[in-house]
Amino acid sequence: MKQAQQPEALPGTVGEGLAQRGISRREFLKFCTSLAALLALPPSMASAVAEAISKARRQSVIWLSFQECTGCTESITRSHSPTLENLIFDLISLDYHHTLQAASAEAAEHAREQAMQDNAGKYLLVVDGSIPLGNPGFSTIAGISNHDMLVETAKGAAAIVAVGTCAAFGGIPKADPNPTGAVAVGDIVKDKPIINVPGCPPIPVVMTGVLAHFLTFGSIPELDELGRPKSFYGETIHDRCYRRPFYDQGKFAKSFDDEAARKGWCLFELGCKGPVTYNACATTKWNDGTSFPIQSGHGCIGCSEPNFWDAGPLYKALSMPVSATPAMLGTAAAAGVAAGVVITWHNRSAKAAAKTAHEKVTVQDLAREDK
Amino acid sequence: MSHLDLLTFARGSALNWALMLCVAGVVLRLFEIFALGRKADLARPRTVSPGSGWRTMATRSLPPEGMLKRDPVTYIGGYVFHLGLLVTIFFFAPHVEFIRSMTGLGWPGLPAPLVDALAVAAMMALGILLAHRLNNPVKRMLSGNGDYLAWALTLLPLLTGYLAYHHLLSEYTLMLALHLFSAGLLLALLPFTKLFHTFSLFISRWYNGDISARKGVAS
Repeated sequence: MKQAQQPEALPGTVGEGLAQRGISRREFLKFCTSLAALLALPPSMASAVAEAISKARRQSVIWLSFQECTGCTESITRSHSPTLENLIFDLISLDYHHTLQAASAEAAEHAREQAMQDNAGKYLLVVDGSIPLGNPGFSTIAGISNHDMLVETAKGAAAIVAVGTCAAFGGIPKADPNPTGAVAVGDIVKDKPIINVPGCPPIPVVMTGVLAHFLTFGSIPELDELGRPKSFYGETIHDRCYRRPFYDQGKFAKSFDDEAARKGWCLFELGCKGPVTYNACATTKWNDGTSFPIQSGHGCIGCSEPNFWDAGPLYKALSMPVSATPAMLGTAAAAGVAAGVVITWHNRSAKAAAKTAHEKVTVQDLAREDK
Repeated sequence: MSHLDLLTFARGSALNWALMLCVAGVVLRLFEIFALGRKADLARPRTVSPGSGWRTMATRSLPPEGMLKRDPVTYIGGYVFHLGLLVTIFFFAPHVEFIRSMTGLGWPGLPAPLVDALAVAAMMALGILLAHRLNNPVKRMLSGNGDYLAWALTLLPLLTGYLAYHHLLSEYTLMLALHLFSAGLLLALLPFTKLFHTFSLFISRWYNGDISARKGVAS
């Protein structure tokens, strides 16, 4: 694909823009077919997707970064270069993004305000990072607290995409003891449709896929009860894992470098959280479908699930107790013995008392009874 | 509270309390049983039969002669259920990991489909045994609330485990949490219900065998 140069004047529709950049229809249709597959749409929808995208106007996107590590942005930048996926960036007008925009200081903030004004009610708001409620000063941009900027920018948004586990569920900043009082986007904004795209970071094509869905259909994709698109988060890593047959056969790696690990056996016993993690890593994979953590030999840490950081040790099997220790059981056993001593003392006292209170029945007693 | 949070609680505090109640309860009850004591038997044994108690522990566990004529449902159902439960608890790989983490003892697990089949057999046996208990006048008369409680406490972990494994009825994480809660409930109540026979069974069999031998009916 040809290197995209920023045009002098932005084309009206995506189709015009693509034509201007010399991207053939065949190339575009191929892209739409893979996009349709990614969005779990039937192949016949590919041409409809192409039609919708080429006629769509470039979607204004405002990307806000709060308490985050820029991993999500790092991830999404891996999705486009040098593949056809950088079309996604041509489909949207990324009007505000700290890391990627050239403007700085007041000019940057002006870009956000301008986009909000020009596309009121139509722009897509992408948020990565959690929002600290403990103290507004914990995280600010141009002197504006994260909370205030989110509330202000969310007002005119058509929809919000909470990218990354921090924005979707609070993520690592929210992990115990949550020193900043971090919350997710959904904890603050209640009146806008929110698409949660969790992951630490999320899979690049999942992020771009969600944006493409919005662009194609003008609506948000079908979501599960945690607000995640079902097409990407509908199944667990475990159920789609290529090592799953080993789990069923009871073949497990016992350490990261044993013979079983080299044979590619299941990593369940090494703490893999694949069975309780809903994400598309095992199917879409990372780095252009090269691999994913389990394929690289490490268990899934469940990074796309709410509160994954506090969900027990990363290297303890899912079926192991989180915090029970043999010492705890020893204490319980000692308590059992102590209680046993007390009950035995009570039993024996009762027995002794019964023995003392026992009156022998004599013949005279029986005779008296007769009277 | 998300499903994962619920699972973390089920694997964490809830399980800790259940395990502690189970251990304390089992130790307490065993202590109580042994501390009851027996009066010294001053009579001379009628037969000298060393090891009769130990033999009885084995012989009473094997199928008795004529069991199919006497009460096939109870005997076959009982064996199928106990065998299925035993294999499910001790040979399903995640369960082995659970035991290993608590005791340091571990062994290889069996293939999941085999354990699955035996768990289904155990559940079916439980169902049949309950139906038999309700239909048989003698069994019904002998049954109290404690029996039905023990039945439910045993079925729940099997059922929730099966549903979780097969992703049925509810989302996996939630069902796994429910499975752990039901296992916790079973552990916590085991020492204080008829399920304590898990521990007292072989003690009483040994005692019966030994005392019978002293009275002249050694096994």
